[in-house]
Amino acid sequence: MKENRQVTGRIFDIQRYSIHDGPGIRTLVFLKGCVLRCRWCCNPESQEFQVQTMRIEGKEKKIGRDVTVEEVMEEIQKDSRYYERSGGGITLSGGEALCQPEFAKALLQECKEAGFHTAIESTACVPYSVIETILPYLDLYLLDIKHRNSDKHREFTGKSNTLILENAKRLALEAKELVIRVPVIPTFNDTIEEIREIAEFAAALPNVKKLHLLPYHRLGQDKYSGLGRSYLLDGYVPFTEEDLKPLILEAEKTGLCCQIGG
Amino acid sequence: MKYHSEPIKKSPRIPKLIEVLYKDLPEIEADRAILLTESYRQTEGEPMVTRRAKAFVHILDQIPITIREDELIVGSATKKPRGCQVFPEFSFTWLEDEFDTVSKRSADPFYISEETKQSLHTVYQYWKGKTTSELATSYMAPETLKAIEHNIFTPGNYFYNGVGHVTVKYWEVLKIGYRGIKEKAQKELDACQPGDADYAKRTHFLQAVIMSCDAVCRYANRYADLAEQLADQCMDAQRKAELLQIAANCRHVPEYGADSFYEACQSFWFVQMLLQIESSGHSISPGRFDQYMYPYYEKDLREGKLTVEQAQEYMDCIWVKLNDLNKVRDAASAEGFAGYSLFQNLIAGGQNTKGVDVTNDLSFLSIEASMHVALPQPSLSVRVWNGSPNEFLLKAAELTRTGIGLPAYYNDEVIIPALMNRGLTLEDARDYNIIGCVEPQKAGKTEGWHDAAFFNMCRVLELVFSNGMDHGEQIGIPTGDVTQMQTFEEFFEAYQKQMCYMISLLVNADNAIDVAHSELCPLPYESSMVDDCIKRGKTVQEGGAVYNFTGPQGFGIANVTDSMMVIKKLVFEEKKLSMAELKEAMDANFGQGISSEQAQKVTASVVKELLTAGKKVTEEQIAKIFLMALHTEVSAEQKAYYERICSMIEAVPKYGNDLEEPDGMAREVAYTYTRPMEQFKNPRGGIFQAGLYPVSANVPLGQQTGATPDGRLAHTPVADGVGPMAGRDTHGPTATANSVAKLDHGIASNGTLFNQKFHPSALKGQQGLQNFVSLIRTFFDKKGMHMQFNVVSKEVLLDAQNHPENYKTLVVRVAGYSALFTTLSRSLQDDIISRTEQGSL
Repeated sequence: MKENRQVTGRIFDIQRYSIHDGPGIRTLVFLKGCVLRCRWCCNPESQEFQVQTMRIEGKEKKIGRDVTVEEVMEEIQKDSRYYERSGGGITLSGGEALCQPEFAKALLQECKEAGFHTAIESTACVPYSVIETILPYLDLYLLDIKHRNSDKHREFTGKSNTLILENAKRLALEAKELVIRVPVIPTFNDTIEEIREIAEFAAALPNVKKLHLLPYHRLGQDKYSGLGRSYLLDGYVPFTEEDLKPLILEAEKTGLCCQIGG
Repeated sequence: MKYHSEPIKKSPRIPKLIEVLYKDLPEIEADRAILLTESYRQTEGEPMVTRRAKAFVHILDQIPITIREDELIVGSATKKPRGCQVFPEFSFTWLEDEFDTVSKRSADPFYISEETKQSLHTVYQYWKGKTTSELATSYMAPETLKAIEHNIFTPGNYFYNGVGHVTVKYWEVLKIGYRGIKEKAQKELDACQPGDADYAKRTHFLQAVIMSCDAVCRYANRYADLAEQLADQCMDAQRKAELLQIAANCRHVPEYGADSFYEACQSFWFVQMLLQIESSGHSISPGRFDQYMYPYYEKDLREGKLTVEQAQEYMDCIWVKLNDLNKVRDAASAEGFAGYSLFQNLIAGGQNTKGVDVTNDLSFLSIEASMHVALPQPSLSVRVWNGSPNEFLLKAAELTRTGIGLPAYYNDEVIIPALMNRGLTLEDARDYNIIGCVEPQKAGKTEGWHDAAFFNMCRVLELVFSNGMDHGEQIGIPTGDVTQMQTFEEFFEAYQKQMCYMISLLVNADNAIDVAHSELCPLPYESSMVDDCIKRGKTVQEGGAVYNFTGPQGFGIANVTDSMMVIKKLVFEEKKLSMAELKEAMDANFGQGISSEQAQKVTASVVKELLTAGKKVTEEQIAKIFLMALHTEVSAEQKAYYERICSMIEAVPKYGNDLEEPDGMAREVAYTYTRPMEQFKNPRGGIFQAGLYPVSANVPLGQQTGATPDGRLAHTPVADGVGPMAGRDTHGPTATANSVAKLDHGIASNGTLFNQKFHPSALKGQQGLQNFVSLIRTFFDKKGMHMQFNVVSKEVLLDAQNHPENYKTLVVRVAGYSALFTTLSRSLQDDIISRTEQGSL
């Protein structure tokens, strides 16, 4: 649609050949701005909606640019043949893409019209009325459930989980496909009990069959100092496959199909 | 169709065979050189083709033979595993010069005993003035020799060695044996009439073929005798039975057609190995092994005489044996072909002459064999087209995931029309295989002279900046003072002109060498297995093959493209930098200081200028100028100035990022090499066709190249293959692949080479494999020609550099081939490490 193409939004990156966030070969569009402030966030430059400056390897880089849907589509189209061959498509990521609902909707709609598989990687920490607007154009919702305990959730992310869990229940009924993802973070949710609670919640959601455990990594660490912020998870070592085995075994007891990584 | 795609258990024999092979440093042996020279001394004055055949006969009758422990397929070119023979008829002085360094050099060291040195020294007395390399030199134009001396291109491969680079009619030997081939030659001979115009050449050639065939049969029988002797002494009942079977095989093949899959394997091996005794050429490529071996496999399996596991074991044995052959090259060439590589390219899958997909069980077993042995040889390739079964490509991807850089993937949809454009019939084009690194051709009908030279496109760019001068000498044609050029088109045209001139010199060099080979080293044995030599009554070297090509390869496209973009944007469009400023910055190596090599070059130019101006220059003055050039201090202010220039250069769009302008430029730049090339003819009645790949020469030849306008520093590697310059492609593998696909691969019918490096995480799980296959398929949809991969993490490679002892068998992809990482020179290792890594987390 013509009017969709002129809708503008603020993104901070477009990453091609992404193969861990949805099926096939995908292009990830990273939208700027987020409702949560997760301590482990590997894209801290995504959190603020304002355009920022970050120092990377001694050089200053402007983070965030305003683009039209048309401009993003041009970039996405470059890999269209790869999507066709692999059953891939595009994934909106962030930040929280739903912080820019008009842009997200317009972009997804354009992608659907181009015949691409569409996905979103989202906190779902927005009113359901916002989520509803994109569902007609969405094939896959990758939803983070980080913790069952609201206080702990607030402590590590800045917000309670109530809205997220409520939205999850409705999404399970209304999204074309819903996959639950759990970032496994040391000192936050890396015990068997905590993972079990999340897995049980996910398993109880109608239509949900898959659970992804996303192990904590430190790749975003340098960005914190680049933004003049301190990294609160300093000193934690990434998990090995062995570390995650008991967690995945526990999650599998719920009958969900579980995997490490996206 | 149902394939045997499941993993097959590896026989315990295989690791044992490999252990024997890699126990010691490979050794140079003198037997062949001694026997060859003995024979040559006795045949002075006879026709060359007869002398060649008699020498071949003498070698095969006398050379020591050996059966290694636990072997099922026998036939070794040397007494020691992975040893090599030498070939003084092509060139020898380099080896004599390197007697004392060859065991210690960084690329491909070989042990050589004092006794061998002595024998070779004696032999070499005979060869002075009689080699192909000396004759070729005398045939070259003076300006050609100068261009070679100045490293604009290097025809080193065939200048110093045999040609190789062929796939013969293995299937014919399997079917009718040498007895059958001999009969064909005899029939032609019987038809010769004394009054025929070509009677002299024809009859001698056919007699040479017959002599060679007989010699091969006797040679196989020597192995049969040896196997029987060993069986006699053997106490182990199982091994005794194996040896007796080996004896029976060697009595029957390759003299007669093979009656079983096992015999076919043995017969194949004799052909493969003996081609490399006749001549030192590398890239003797088995080609479509899965096709010509299949009838024997299928029949034995159907009749219950063979199990899949047995077939796999025989194939694994062949795979190991392919690593038993070796070749010593001069130190400089060893850098360009690093990794003891013989480039024996074996290809699986693809379509038949009718356009039907003929992937079969042996295609799968070929991949399985490479998984089992995990060695650099054979250079395994797979053919991909729209009809390729997905499970086959998944199996290939699984091998890629092991990190040994195999297989390489080739696109039928581009190669078939490219070959037809060169005059192959549709049927022949569909039946193509790959020679050596990446060069397509029709087996058993082609003398492709692939890999005929390395042509450094960056050096030509340097010549444009210096108006054809190099080290104070006029090497190229004068194309004008660059600082006076008014438009980008004018500059580009100057580059095209300089390219055309240098290409003509390259052609001159290759043709001189070609003639030298036909006069001094015709190969009757090889010619007995290439159409239409027997019918035409001449060797492949004299134009006996149906298809004749010469395929020299150009490299440096990415650097020239990025340089052209810099000149176009900064100098002519935005006018941010004058040509004089750019030239000065390059001479100053962008403020990074200059090496003594660069200083020498500057000194030579200055001295030449002084001389031209009629001034006298003393040696003392020259030394002073040199020191001045070497120690030019770069002030902080100048540093900042050059940094500004570098950041301007950095901001210009680069090839490899799926951007229209630089990618379009790359296409035009590639044409400056590929288009003039196809205008030239070779002495065998064929044409030149360009390839675009550097093997591993982008590293050593980059060391001879000054700074380029794209910001590449002096004496650092040039970009590898047709890919972007390392680290400049920043938009992921699909963007890089899209850029590369925009080149015109069809015109580069001698092959193009596209390396990608992946982090192992990108191929994780079944989904990782499937995405990887989709990436290849899409690149091929977009008319890419070839793709190959390194899947090994940077951490592993760095660790292997620091602890080579822990990585003795780490195989990586270098260029059109794989090699043991720790045997590569440090600079080549660094080059591989610096390639852009895709798909890391």
